[in-house]
Amino acid sequence: MANDDTASAIRITIMQKMREIAAQQGKVLGELNDDLPLVDSGLDSLCIAILVASLDDQLDLDPFSGSNAVIPVTIGDFVRMYELAGV
Amino acid sequence: MVGKGELADRFISDGDILVKFEQLHLGSCFADLKKFRGLSVLILTARQYTAAVALLELDGVARRIVLAPTGLEPSYIGQVLVDGSVDVILTDYPLSNGYDNVEVVEFNGEVVLTEDEVVRSESTEWLLFTSGTTGRPKLVIHTLQSLIGPLQNQPPRSKSPVWGTFYDIRRYGGLQILLRAFVGGGSIVLSDPRESIRQFITRAGESGVSHISGTPSHWRGVLMSGGIGAFKPEYVRLSGEIADQAILDGLCVVFPEACISHAFASTEAGVGFEVRDGLEGFPAAWIGSDLGGVELLVVNGSLRIRSLRTGAGYAGAQLVTFAGPDDFVDTGDIVERRHDRYYFVGRREGIINVGGYKVYPEEVEAIVNLHPSVQMSRVQARSSPITGAIVTANVVVKIGADLHEGGFGKVRQEILQTCRERLPSYKVPALLYQVPHLDIAPSGKLLRRPHA
Repeated sequence: MANDDTASAIRITIMQKMREIAAQQGKVLGELNDDLPLVDSGLDSLCIAILVASLDDQLDLDPFSGSNAVIPVTIGDFVRMYELAGV
Repeated sequence: MVGKGELADRFISDGDILVKFEQLHLGSCFADLKKFRGLSVLILTARQYTAAVALLELDGVARRIVLAPTGLEPSYIGQVLVDGSVDVILTDYPLSNGYDNVEVVEFNGEVVLTEDEVVRSESTEWLLFTSGTTGRPKLVIHTLQSLIGPLQNQPPRSKSPVWGTFYDIRRYGGLQILLRAFVGGGSIVLSDPRESIRQFITRAGESGVSHISGTPSHWRGVLMSGGIGAFKPEYVRLSGEIADQAILDGLCVVFPEACISHAFASTEAGVGFEVRDGLEGFPAAWIGSDLGGVELLVVNGSLRIRSLRTGAGYAGAQLVTFAGPDDFVDTGDIVERRHDRYYFVGRREGIINVGGYKVYPEEVEAIVNLHPSVQMSRVQARSSPITGAIVTANVVVKIGADLHEGGFGKVRQEILQTCRERLPSYKVPALLYQVPHLDIAPSGKLLRRPHA
């Protein structure tokens, strides 16, 4: 179904970016599953900041802007924010 | 000011005319120069040439000269007239407004022979505009003494230096050069806003310019234009912005026989010092020692200067002094010591805050600019919901740089690799873009956007 395909494309992009940024910043990434809290992922706040900016450029999505911005706790929360914004 | 005994061959020129100092000495642009005696005069001209000859004539006659830069917003003129206690506006174009209690005198800079001898007895105050970061201009009060103080340390010279400058001579950086020409036995070739950098360099070469001054951004523009041609100055000067190692090295390659010098100055603090050893920054040993009447201190990371060349203060209803205790002026330039040298890292007001860590755009640009394919760069803050801001960079690639294998992507990787080796992670650009050009302000400085 079209929506699922779009969602998973965003998910794939996010995961790929996370790995890329972790490598660039010399961070060791944990197992990336949806329940993993971001604070335990191996990515520090700078990495997340870079990730958010890169995704804004690449996907033209900025789910953090606006009054509805939610604070994501887990990787799953983070991905869902973007999937919702990308619909 | 000009020195009567040494007038032969000395001239002032711009894109339209050339006038010999002999002519200026034998004549006047004004029917009656004496009427300006003791008055406060605002020089508000369209041309640099007319401002220059007006300065020559009015020094020692007027009580005060207020030198307006090009592009002064008409809405600010009222405040300038008040702050400067202006009696007369001197202009070379018809003004659209009149002003209460202020006479407007029009002149065109044409020199007419005259027998009148004028006594130059007034110690004229010179008021200069600061570029500043906010819109409202401030007037810094100088005298001829504070302005020519720096001329104690004259650069190497041939018989009679011919000075050229990219700067407008109506701002401090350009006025310094004009005064060097007047007081230092030389000639001056003025810039022209209608010319490209390449055209100016060609004209400078044809006019025999031996000593030339500009900002690092002007000089990057020169290197980008590829149009040096036969121009071979003896002395190449950079000021107004931080001169990084990349531009100093680039100029050494293009002008192998010239003395390359970068000067630290501000409209408030005056000219602090000149560095001629080809390296960015300045020797740490200069802090606390006497550099010919100039003293330097570093307090809370910023450079402070005390000298006779500093301005008296900002003009206004009350004089606002900017020197702190002990007469040291805070330049607002942040410096960092590494081994036996101090490096300029940036302007205090340009600071980027990344999750509590401080980053200055200029210190990152200096590293980005080291890449051989990079002509110039601009680093800026990008808003971040996570850390407040992150660092991003815009890069202009050199014309003719070979990007075939891997394209800009490869250049980006290499630049970021160098940044990671030399800077802490929060200073490394999170995103780096290639742009076709970067804007330069009328002052010659890189135009920086306010924090987005």
